Amino acid sequence: MSANGTIAPSSLSIKDLPWQVHWDRDRCTLCGRCTAVCPVHAIELDVFRQRLVETPLGLTREPSNVYTVHYGIRQKTDPAHACIGCAMCNLVCPNDCIMPYRSDEADKLRYHINRGGQPRRRGGRRNVPVGILDQIKFTRISMLTDPALDAGRHEFELRTLLGRVLPPEKNLELQRQQGWIPPVREIYPLMIGSMSFGALSPNMWEGLQMGVAYLNEELGMPVRMATGEGGCPPRLLRSRFLKYVILQIASGYFGWDEIIHALPEMKEDPCAVEIKYGQGAKPGDGGLLMWYKVNELIAAIRGVPPGVSLPSPATHQTKYSIEESVAKMIQSMYMAWGFRVPVYPKISGTSTALAVLNNLTRNPYAAALCIDGEDGGTGAAYNVSMDHMGYPIASNIRDCYLNLARLGMQNEIPLIAAGGVGKRGNLAANAAALIMLGASAVQISKYIMQAAAGCIGSESDRCNVCNVGLCPKGITSQDPRLYRRLDPEKVAERVVDVFLSFDTELKKIMAPLGRSTSLPIGMSDALGINDKAAAERLQISFVV
Amino acid sequence: MCRLFAMTSEEPQTPMMVIQALDVMREGHDGSGVGLFFTDLGGPFEQLNGAPILSGIFSNEGLKRLDRFMMDVGFMTKYKISIKIPKKPPAGVPRRDIYLVRAYEYPEDWEGLTDKEIQHRLLATRLQLRKMGEEKQDMIVFSFWPDVIMIKEIGDPITVAEYLQLDRSDLQARVMLAQGRQNTNYAINLYACHPFFIQGVATMTNGENTAFVPIREFLMSRGFPGYIGYQSDSEVFTHILHYSLYRLGLGIEWYKHVITPLQDEDLEDHPNGSFLKELKHCCRKMIIDGPNCIMGCLPDKTLFVVQDRKKLRPAVVGGKPGLYVISSEMCGLDAAVPDRDKSLDFQPMHLDTAIIRPDRQEVKICRQTEPLPPLH
Repeated sequence: MSANGTIAPSSLSIKDLPWQVHWDRDRCTLCGRCTAVCPVHAIELDVFRQRLVETPLGLTREPSNVYTVHYGIRQKTDPAHACIGCAMCNLVCPNDCIMPYRSDEADKLRYHINRGGQPRRRGGRRNVPVGILDQIKFTRISMLTDPALDAGRHEFELRTLLGRVLPPEKNLELQRQQGWIPPVREIYPLMIGSMSFGALSPNMWEGLQMGVAYLNEELGMPVRMATGEGGCPPRLLRSRFLKYVILQIASGYFGWDEIIHALPEMKEDPCAVEIKYGQGAKPGDGGLLMWYKVNELIAAIRGVPPGVSLPSPATHQTKYSIEESVAKMIQSMYMAWGFRVPVYPKISGTSTALAVLNNLTRNPYAAALCIDGEDGGTGAAYNVSMDHMGYPIASNIRDCYLNLARLGMQNEIPLIAAGGVGKRGNLAANAAALIMLGASAVQISKYIMQAAAGCIGSESDRCNVCNVGLCPKGITSQDPRLYRRLDPEKVAERVVDVFLSFDTELKKIMAPLGRSTSLPIGMSDALGINDKAAAERLQISFVV
Repeated sequence: MCRLFAMTSEEPQTPMMVIQALDVMREGHDGSGVGLFFTDLGGPFEQLNGAPILSGIFSNEGLKRLDRFMMDVGFMTKYKISIKIPKKPPAGVPRRDIYLVRAYEYPEDWEGLTDKEIQHRLLATRLQLRKMGEEKQDMIVFSFWPDVIMIKEIGDPITVAEYLQLDRSDLQARVMLAQGRQNTNYAINLYACHPFFIQGVATMTNGENTAFVPIREFLMSRGFPGYIGYQSDSEVFTHILHYSLYRLGLGIEWYKHVITPLQDEDLEDHPNGSFLKELKHCCRKMIIDGPNCIMGCLPDKTLFVVQDRKKLRPAVVGGKPGLYVISSEMCGLDAAVPDRDKSLDFQPMHLDTAIIRPDRQEVKICRQTEPLPPLH
């Protein structure tokens, strides 16, 4: 603090901040890269005054003071410029002389991050790094009674169904009568979840699309990607690649003018339509694209003026009840594509999920149910929603699966699980656990940003500035100066890497369980957990 | 891995034929059980004109309860065979009071009922008896069906057969299934002993069914009273077959398309591809993942054998017109039909269903990639 400064309630010291930037004067070349790259301007070039006491040898004269100045890096303590720990400064430093370190105690910044009466908003996930999925083990290993399979050499069919699967009797009866059978897509069980064109930068979106197209067309893996609420670039809507895309409609209906206009010119049907009623990261809250990110391109695709925040309503304003939402909306969306495209709702993990599911079971059109658990990520939400609202995905998906099994409708309405899958890097293990708990497919979003584009956000509140378009990696920014850091080709390459390695790991899990012919949906006898309460709740084995 | 043996013969055979074949394959079973299924019966049972036969094991008390129950329903005993057992069972075989094989006259008030209704009531009666037996542990009921006898017991097959004196002239059949059990994952329980039976459909299996739990959940939620039990993971194969025959109207050629559907690229080229793709989607819950070999008998006395998609279990079909055999191992087949043309022996692979129709003239191989017969 300067000598003539005052202390106000929100005056913080560096010690009060969550991240302290350590700078090594000896190695610094003052090149300025760190201050230039810092997305929140947490550091600046500054002048430091230094006093040296000179005492001549033998005290031939009186000791004296020598005052000098030097230049260096100073960390700001203004809450608006608090370091977010992204470590871009370290990434660009030629001499590794700068690095943010996490404070050794809880920061005081959290009490001051609501200036102007605005609660904190951020991107990322719930700030809880651990999860139940990582505790689940696969215990039913084929030993002598039946041979474990060879994950490297065996023939596997890792496919799942997206669409309303009729009971066998009904399906055969309709085939005999040549009646309408709901469309069903056979897809890869790992999907890229909804991240909108707007939440993501054009380069990131393009990279994902290219990766997905490569996986489908070159590697024969029917991977699908959901758009989130924000529409689609017009050329994509009119291209053959649309069949790999799941279009999302949410309460803001952003981008749907463009989609409807493209309908007559579509070469291919989309894979499916996802109706978003909720999102795991901010249950019961609508989508949010803050004004920082609404540039000309995004505004044009969404059909809105540029430079305004786009908060979607918390619920679809045209619907007042579940039967309206489920029946009318799903049926209208079916009608738009001549009943050839599956339509399914996506909801937040919630204790009311069973009520939604039961309603879907009585609707002959509902093609699936996607449940997004509390650990899901988002591009922008209030911190309080992210950290304190929601329902864990594991027990939610399990309850829904067992409910369907009781009704004799297991897998007839495929359950898609999302929300924190692979948040500690164990993607295949988490996905397999969810599948064996009853999910037909699993969605990943934050994971693919981390793995395919180098997102540095973490569940210990690192970075998480997706909402203001300052993403230092250019993943969630609409500023060309930032997103040009991201090469779409390289993103596509990483997407392919992720799916190929996931495929190998999933086989490495399934093969020892003796499974290869079909995805082991609901194979709960293969699961165990070292937590009695969790085992009881999930109806799996308790193993110690 | 259990050993399986099935045979169909123009001339009625005694059970010893299949028991001896099992004994030849004795390395593959551990004495934890033997199960026998007889149909297309010869001897005195041939004259019964469709009277249902009850097979099971009863304590003396259980037999009294059975008689009271059957009298109340209106069933009258028409014919029975008495198995006189020595006082002391051999090692490994539990002491039982009565091994029952008894044919009944239908109750008078069943006259005029449709076949379907009679079949339904026979199943309900068997399930009722099973439930009663489980309550007091005094009855084990295997089957209650016309022209079907089942015998199961814990122990080594040949020892059990000698103990029960199965080499007898009044117990003969043209179609027999036999299994020597290698106990793996579940308790030694006679309801876990193969073959399994439901409404004329019998199957037996070796190996382990790794997709057991989801399949069981599916079957138990069909709302059909017979889909219960599952002390063995192999019982689902019988019920899937019953479900596809009775509920879906699909013949045996379709069975493999239900339990091990073709992969997508093969379906693209299949003459019935679009139908099979739909079948694959809606019957997804019944896809098995092996490793299993399934042998079985249909209500019309057709024998069949199928393998799972991985073909990790042995099976061979062979014989001559009038006598065909399906065996886990070649030595079982050699023991049963030594004078056959061995060049015609067939080992079904991952796409094959081997079918021997009741005329017993040939082994028909139905490959999954071939066109399917029309559905009625």
